[in-house]
Amino acid sequence: IQMGLAENQLCFDLVENWVKNNPASSICTPEGSSGFKDIAIFQDYHGLPQFRNAVANFMAKVRGDRVKFDPDRIVMAGGATGAHETLAFCVANPGEALLVPTPYYPGFDRDLRWRTGIQLVPIECKSSNKFKLTIEDLEAAYETAKLNNIKVKGLLLTNPSNPLGTILDGETLRSVVAFTNSKSIHLICDEIYSATVFDGDAAEYVSIAEIVDEDRNSNVAPNRLNLDLIHLVYSLSKDMGFPGFRVGIIYSYNDVVVGCARKMSSFGLVSAQTQHLLGSMLADDDFVGEFIAANRRRLSERHRRFTAGLERVGIRCLRSGNAAGLFVWMDLRRMMKEQSVEAETALWKVIIDEVKLNVSPGTSFHCSEPGWFRVC
Amino acid sequence: IQMGLAENQVSFDLLEDYLEKHPEASSTTHNFKENALYQDYHGLKSFRQAMASFMSQIRGGRATFDPDRIVLTAGATAANELLTFILANPGDALLVPTPYYPGFDRDLRWRTGVKIVPIHCDSSTNFQVTKEALQSAYNEAVSMGLKVRAVLITNPSNPLGATVQRVVLEDILDFSVEKNIHLVSDEIYSGSTFSPDEFVSIAEVLNDRGSIQSESERVHIVYSLSKDLGLPGFRVGTIYSYNDAVVTTARRMSSFTLISSQTQHLLACMLSNAEFTENYISKNRERLRRRYEMIIAGLRRAGIECLEGNAGLFCWMNLGPVLVDPTREAELSLWKLILKDVRLNISPGSSCHCSEPGWFRVC
Repeated sequence: IQMGLAENQLCFDLVENWVKNNPASSICTPEGSSGFKDIAIFQDYHGLPQFRNAVANFMAKVRGDRVKFDPDRIVMAGGATGAHETLAFCVANPGEALLVPTPYYPGFDRDLRWRTGIQLVPIECKSSNKFKLTIEDLEAAYETAKLNNIKVKGLLLTNPSNPLGTILDGETLRSVVAFTNSKSIHLICDEIYSATVFDGDAAEYVSIAEIVDEDRNSNVAPNRLNLDLIHLVYSLSKDMGFPGFRVGIIYSYNDVVVGCARKMSSFGLVSAQTQHLLGSMLADDDFVGEFIAANRRRLSERHRRFTAGLERVGIRCLRSGNAAGLFVWMDLRRMMKEQSVEAETALWKVIIDEVKLNVSPGTSFHCSEPGWFRVC
Repeated sequence: IQMGLAENQVSFDLLEDYLEKHPEASSTTHNFKENALYQDYHGLKSFRQAMASFMSQIRGGRATFDPDRIVLTAGATAANELLTFILANPGDALLVPTPYYPGFDRDLRWRTGVKIVPIHCDSSTNFQVTKEALQSAYNEAVSMGLKVRAVLITNPSNPLGATVQRVVLEDILDFSVEKNIHLVSDEIYSGSTFSPDEFVSIAEVLNDRGSIQSESERVHIVYSLSKDLGLPGFRVGTIYSYNDAVVTTARRMSSFTLISSQTQHLLACMLSNAEFTENYISKNRERLRRRYEMIIAGLRRAGIECLEGNAGLFCWMNLGPVLVDPTREAELSLWKLILKDVRLNISPGSSCHCSEPGWFRVC
């Protein structure tokens, strides 16, 4: 049974229903075909205005309308995969580095490094601290890199986290931003799981966009942050369950990065057919509101049932305050003969071969402690 | 008036007609969920099969394509960049015949760090590549300390609007074998040749020479539906490589630039319909030919000659005779005049790196 793929399949009933009731959103239907030609020839790398407006709208709604997004800062990319690579090309030169807290999404090793030639420097997070990123660990990793003559250009955060399924509390996020700001390094926030924050916790999720707003509107000390260092990566692959549509978004507060990323988007534009469909779907506030609420509800229900089931057999999952994501971070350390990578691998093989479940071992996420597994 | 954009708008009625008759082509009414979840970098098998057969039909069946060698990318822009990343290291060189599509300067060089060394062509040979020009370009690269990795040709050519002659293709292939370099053939305008018989694909040349591995494994074909089908907005590019290692690597790299599954589904339906594709290919050719002949005739009446073309969405116009002097500056002044006073946006040959001043691409 495949439990290694983080896919969101819970709300297709809502989407399919919307699509059925909005035939003009497809350029292939009788209702939508009058728009076929204009869409088919539209290859402007700025993207369809209605698409950018709709994405900005959706992103705001996901954050409870606590922030607004400027459609002119929305740049397309070939999925979040393409977005990450493009940002790496924009902010770092070959040989330079990004700091990344562990455990992290294995795809980063390829996406950020392969063609760009940059390095990733891990910041090891520990289970004793529920794998939460601390400023001490961040500072230590930064200084160590410096000692090793590695030029650190930025920090990459995934919030909510893959594979942990946790969200960073506002206070820690603010300290992290203060740190990157003080060192004049970039902060890239991958918020690809932002709409998967569970019921009840949704109000607790703090997006980097909110920190930026706070800084702009601060009565005490406005504009302390150098916004040219702050960038967001987004996609519809997880929140909406549309990985096939290749909708990657770069949202940057840096005008030069927006301009550069936009030109680079020529290498990975979103199909105009898909821009047209989503431009319509995500502009429908009734649908968006219903979708976001149902998505949260169903994901948290699924999570609750799954973790309860695991508890009954004595298996714990990471519980660190607020939760999100399409997976759980399962603790199987007690089942290992010894606390080693080899033991984890042996256990993983047993799970694959005998229990016949495909789960992902923690070491594939660069987790410094063996025995943890991501289960979707 | 915009005459600088190579867009194919002559056959939309045929596409719209197809859509009207085939509602199943829309994934919004057909397996939406399965389609929305599909992100496999191999690409929909049905789509690759449809592309393979479409490419074969364009070549009159004179070449066949294996769907498993088709790698999908978001447009030819991405395909050309991706191949460059694979075939060359930063600082290496690609040899490209001039005049060439200006986009190559960015697509092939920007993020890859690879250099372009021009293979100079001029009107004395109707801008066809010669063995001397190839060797000369190669020597130039070597003298600059650059390692040459491939020759990249566009056939039919942009901006010439003419197919590359078979004997020239053979020369280029022989040259590539001799220097042990790759050969990339961008055949994005293959379906836009006015007559089905005048286009010879590198695929045919390989076939006719017996498909020898040491020849074919250095050959890669780039294709797209942006020109032949007039669908640049859909971002449909492909790399067809005869080299297994390149196919595997390109496929992995395509993760950065996959084609929307929604669009793959639509085109899989459309291009696997043989009745539709045969009709489309022949009508499209006919309409492009008539459009070309009309503009050539009109220009001729005004005393302006063009290169004899047989493909593409444009003509290669010779204003050399009216230049003040045979220089790039004179060409650019003339261009500014045409832009400001005549109010026509056409493309000057120098933007295509043409070494002979006075030529303009008119769409």
